[in-house]
Amino acid sequence: MFFLDLDPLVKPDLGLIIWMTVTFFIVMFVLGKYAWKPILKAVHTRENKIEDAITQAAKVQAEMAQLKNDNEALLTKAREERAVMLKEAKDIKDKIINEAKDQAKVEANKIITDAQAAINHQKMAALTEIKNQVGNLVIEVSEKFYAES
Amino acid sequence: MAFKGIKSLLVAALAGFLLLNSGVAKAQHEGEIKADTTATHGEKEFDITETIMDHVKDSYGWHLWGHTSVHLPVMLYTDKGLEVFSSKNLRDEHHQPVVYNGKNSYKLNHETGKIEILNADGTSNTTAKLFDFSITKNVATLLLSMLLVCIIFLSIAKAYQKRGVNSAPKGLQSFLEPIILFVRDDIAKPNIGPKYTKYMPFLLSIFFFIWLNNMLGLIPFFPGGANLSGNIAFTMVLALIVFVVVNVSANKNYWKHIFWMPGVAWPMKLFLAPIELMGVFIKPISLMIRLFANITAGHILVLALICLIFVFKAVAAAAVAVPFAVFIYCIELLVAFLQAFIFTMLTALYIGMAIEEHHHEEAHH
Repeated sequence: MFFLDLDPLVKPDLGLIIWMTVTFFIVMFVLGKYAWKPILKAVHTRENKIEDAITQAAKVQAEMAQLKNDNEALLTKAREERAVMLKEAKDIKDKIINEAKDQAKVEANKIITDAQAAINHQKMAALTEIKNQVGNLVIEVSEKFYAES
Repeated sequence: MAFKGIKSLLVAALAGFLLLNSGVAKAQHEGEIKADTTATHGEKEFDITETIMDHVKDSYGWHLWGHTSVHLPVMLYTDKGLEVFSSKNLRDEHHQPVVYNGKNSYKLNHETGKIEILNADGTSNTTAKLFDFSITKNVATLLLSMLLVCIIFLSIAKAYQKRGVNSAPKGLQSFLEPIILFVRDDIAKPNIGPKYTKYMPFLLSIFFFIWLNNMLGLIPFFPGGANLSGNIAFTMVLALIVFVVVNVSANKNYWKHIFWMPGVAWPMKLFLAPIELMGVFIKPISLMIRLFANITAGHILVLALICLIFVFKAVAAAAVAVPFAVFIYCIELLVAFLQAFIFTMLTALYIGMAIEEHHHEEAHH
């Protein structure tokens, strides 16, 4: 026989072959059912969870960035609006002031004109009265003169 | 610094491989030289071959220390039926083989270390039917490693159940999880492809079973001490299982590539068929021999270095022998992992080749 001439070191023992076969199948069965399956499942679940978490985080980050952008845009818009409103307010203010100034000027002119008219009028009246008085005085003086003479 | 250390360790391991591969031949050579001197100098001379082979081979007892050993049960099946007795009965107090009279007369053969049936006149009967199912040292180690591997991985599976998938692994779980993932991501996935999940339990089982047994073999005393993964029967059974798994899962495409290689001229097809067919058997045989030779060679090398002290009969020789043995031992620790890895890796590769779908038609033209 071929095997019988082999060195005992490389001659497989029937007993050990059988024990090994039995043992390995027990190991395969027990570990396959109660160890590898739950371990691989748990690891797989965890990997999925981590992957999900990473995707979720990226999504949240993108959302945050979007929100920030939106906020900035809103802020810019608000700033612009404020500037426009301030400008409008200033314009209105200026307009009101100018209008008031104009009106005041017109009023003042009118008052001055009126005053001048009144002054002229008074002056004319006073002159007329002086003229009349002078006339009367002349008459009185003349009468008195003639009467004495 | 740590990286540098690992790198130099790897270089050392590669160098060690070359050493190991020549280890058997060297050890045997040394043994022959010693055997010659034994013959000329008489019985008292230290026989290195016998010492090393005693450690490397299987035995019916498990040596603990000094003259104490565990006597393992012997179980024999002969034409007179089943016979069970303690291996204590096979040797006397001077460790010499004695005849045990059960249903037959049994005695240890001094050369092979196996039990033989004796004829009435005391000569060995080689034709008698004798099946030896004894719980030898290797079988006991096998059962121990089965228990250990089951305890370790069932406790880890429990840890996953208890701690849930949201918390990080802890303790033994955190040590072995990367290795499990390594088997999955670096052995199974790249070699088998998308269908790897089906083969994961098998690959993990062979990987950890081989690794554990390699490590147990490196423990020089009681719980270890057996050279189980360096036993040809152990590697043969594993290789046989791999052979069955590979060929059962093989698809049509695989057989077509073996018997009628597509894309080559027909004389070439005829030429390649027997070669490819031989390859089907050579692949598992190479697995068997690689694991057996590497582990056994490592054991022989360490033992040979230690035996130098006894060969030179000088304690001073230990100054050289012990550091060398320690060095080889460290390499052996690496080899224990590496051989488990290579065995699993090649198994995955063979499975991958067997279930590969036909998708590279153009490559042959």
